[in-house]
Amino acid sequence: MTQAGTAPPASRTAVPRPRLPRRRGVELALIVLAVLLSVYGYCAVGLARTGSVPPGAAGYGAGLGGLALLAHIAVRLRAPYADPLPLPIAVLLNGLGLVLIYRLDLQTPADRAAPAQLVWSTLGVGLFIVVVLGLRDHRVLQRYSYVCVAAALVLLLLPILFPAVNGARIWIRIAGFSIQPGEFAKVLLAVFFAAYLAANRSALAYTGRRLWRLQFPTGRVLGPIVTIWLLSVGVLVLERDLGTSLLFFGLFVVLLYVATGRTGWIAVGLVLAVLGAWAVGHLEPHVHGRIEDWLHPFASIDAGEGPNQLAQSLFAFAAGGTTGTGLGLGHSTLIGFATKSDFILATAGEELGLAGLAAIFLLYALLVERGFRAALALREPFGRLLAVGLASILALQVFVIAGGVTGLIPLTGMAMPFLAQGGSSVVTNWAIVALLIRVSDSARSQYDGEEAP
Amino acid sequence: MSGPGDYGGTRPMAPYIRHALVFCGLLLLALLANAARVQVVEAGAYGDNPANRRSAIARYQQPRGNILVGGAPVTGSRDTGEQLRYERTYLDGPLYAPVTGFASQRFGSTFLEHAEDRLLSGTDPLLSQFPVWHDTASGAAPGGNVVTTLNARAQRAAYQGLRGRKGAVAAIEPATGRVLALVSTPSYDPARLSGNGTGATAAWEQLNADPDKPMLNRAVRQTYPPGSTFKVVTAAAALDAGVITDLDAPTDSPDPYRLPGTTTRLTNEADGCRDASLREAFAWSCNTVFAKLGVDVGLGDMAATAGAFGFNDTELRVPFAVAESTFDTVVDKAQLGLSSIGQYNTRATPLQMAMVSAAVANGGQARAPYLVERTTRSSGETVAGGGTHPLTQVVRASTASRLKELMRDAVERGTGGNAAIRGATVGGKTGTAQHGVGNTGLPYAWFVSWAQADGAPEPAVAVAVVVEDASADRGEISGGGDAAPIARDVMRAVLGS
Repeated sequence: MTQAGTAPPASRTAVPRPRLPRRRGVELALIVLAVLLSVYGYCAVGLARTGSVPPGAAGYGAGLGGLALLAHIAVRLRAPYADPLPLPIAVLLNGLGLVLIYRLDLQTPADRAAPAQLVWSTLGVGLFIVVVLGLRDHRVLQRYSYVCVAAALVLLLLPILFPAVNGARIWIRIAGFSIQPGEFAKVLLAVFFAAYLAANRSALAYTGRRLWRLQFPTGRVLGPIVTIWLLSVGVLVLERDLGTSLLFFGLFVVLLYVATGRTGWIAVGLVLAVLGAWAVGHLEPHVHGRIEDWLHPFASIDAGEGPNQLAQSLFAFAAGGTTGTGLGLGHSTLIGFATKSDFILATAGEELGLAGLAAIFLLYALLVERGFRAALALREPFGRLLAVGLASILALQVFVIAGGVTGLIPLTGMAMPFLAQGGSSVVTNWAIVALLIRVSDSARSQYDGEEAP
Repeated sequence: MSGPGDYGGTRPMAPYIRHALVFCGLLLLALLANAARVQVVEAGAYGDNPANRRSAIARYQQPRGNILVGGAPVTGSRDTGEQLRYERTYLDGPLYAPVTGFASQRFGSTFLEHAEDRLLSGTDPLLSQFPVWHDTASGAAPGGNVVTTLNARAQRAAYQGLRGRKGAVAAIEPATGRVLALVSTPSYDPARLSGNGTGATAAWEQLNADPDKPMLNRAVRQTYPPGSTFKVVTAAAALDAGVITDLDAPTDSPDPYRLPGTTTRLTNEADGCRDASLREAFAWSCNTVFAKLGVDVGLGDMAATAGAFGFNDTELRVPFAVAESTFDTVVDKAQLGLSSIGQYNTRATPLQMAMVSAAVANGGQARAPYLVERTTRSSGETVAGGGTHPLTQVVRASTASRLKELMRDAVERGTGGNAAIRGATVGGKTGTAQHGVGNTGLPYAWFVSWAQADGAPEPAVAVAVVVEDASADRGEISGGGDAAPIARDVMRAVLGS
């Protein structure tokens, strides 16, 4: 099995290592719980809106349960030591997302998104299974880092050839399907950053010039990575997808910091961020509008134009209060456009309340924390950086979109991982979870009772 | 690229991973704190924001409670299937519009729809079985019903009597203060304003632009110079103050009467007013006698009596507010004389004049008028009764009985003959109020009266009628000619019920 291939040189000693429990039973139990919770939500929506249990409840439960079970079996087969939490969390978030989309579908009968989302979820779980079964060792990815970055850039550039949708050029349309290639690019870039930084971290950390208490790296080491970053950010500014741009930037800074431990990176990152934000906020009218909306969410009401999307989103969250109106009983459809995608969290906030919202945030936090835990348990830098990178993608993405719709930061279009309508996003997030499972399996199967420095 | 065995030298990474984890933790805390701000701290303000449709959606989520007349609802609700789901409907909308008002999704509500809105919409805490729980429980109780005091037949009689004319009728049960009829014409169908679509907006603009002001509730929100009908008040003051002790004794009144301190000479429509007795002067509505009487009684007693009948009261609610009827208390003698015959600054709502008639009919005692008999839950249980309506002594009982005599004479052999009803004793007083610059406008025709069925212990109804565009014949007769038959029909309807 896998531990033979991943056994680190630390197992030179003849004494057998203590084995960690596999905990697959815990995972299965949690998956069952996650599926039951989702089915309960599905029934609650039906009961609240039509007064009867929706006819598809059993099918929905069977579908979600079957998918989760297949994923679980794949993990049992090829990643038996994997962390038992990420998979159930992903199942629950995906299931809850389907419930929320189904609930919103009931008010937009002409535009049903749940069936497509279920198809995409199936594809996502399929990818998850392929990754878990096919990728024996995550370190293989290190060899393909430049392939990854090339692919990422192609994916990012692709939508420029397609017409803009709602002011952003981030979609490509093939055979009726909308695909957001930038979503896939996130994972590829994380792989590239992790590989590059793992190889060059010493050079990045130890060379360079010291300025006051901050140590700055030399241009030679910095050159390639800044070039790549500028390129990807430039592409995003061209495509007007500020959220993904922010995400890449955050990912870049976090990984640089973790790889080198140099606070100088944070300083450089902050300066770049402030400059970038100032420039984009002033030069780009689309982004400027978003910042104005954030500062004055009710300006359109005062101007007599009625509440804008952000104001409607805030109203929805406020209407939820502490305990929420109950599934199916809110009025988040007042937001109008993008209720099922960017603003899906508003429905959760209104109908599940602060309690439900906090629970969702904690689920994400737990998923992120499991990623970081795998990173801490691993011993080789690529895996560690990869785990940190994947977990950071999730954390930053949740922060950017959840902060946006609740008025904490300017709103940028982005998909709430697993919850929001959007095929590319769901598939990508399943890939992220698959990689986390892969990495955590390596970490826990080679665990020797000591923590890596 | 580093190989699988490369540990990146001896450089530690774990602390920095932990730092990054702490950073993610801070992001989570920021999200949670902000969510708590939006969902708890600011929730109230966001919920109250007028641009937030949620309160409107919740309000129209369920059928509105009904307003009942004679045990049957005169309102209803229609499920539109729209975002604001239920819309108000009305049976006989124009007939009851001065009572119900309208309940519009766009233009708010008026009259009973407004005054009893919390009950009708279901948000009144009294509707909840568990009032303490009400604030925290989501969703309103089913809308309650408002049972009115109206007499459907009287209301319809009044409306039909006024058909095609501008005017108002108010009828009261003297012993209780229950409002039996409240009609204003021209009227409108409040159902036209119920929705929030373009139809409602068009109706709103059309009704507001209409020069006949169909949405004006003339019975309670419009004051008119009461003209000769105010002589009931003046006679009451004279009798109560002891200025007149014998109804049949001649008064020392010249004809024409020169208003004190002026050269204005007041004349009469009728002959024989010189030194006429109070009975004759009342029956033939002698302006000269009553103007002098008011001056003789004096400002203090006149104002006190007018006030006791309800003039200068800004607080009256039935339960919606009634416009203040006025008797000016800062006047010279000439103005007092004119005030005493219902001119100058004396103005009254039709409801106020019905209250005057009711107090006389009820032996000098009055109860504040009210429209709501009781309110009930949708299941029919009573939520609240009409409440106690305090009894006030307006004039002495002896004064009242002599006033009744005067009013009865006016109907039996004076100007109010058109109000007589077979099988009942009717007392009344006509009035014709001039208005407009130089009295050029068509006069207002008034009639105030009460009726007591033969054999009944007390009068069952007091009524006031005003017709704005009375016949162009500017004679005293118009009060009796235009308004008295309407009053008669209303009283007959009440007596016949």
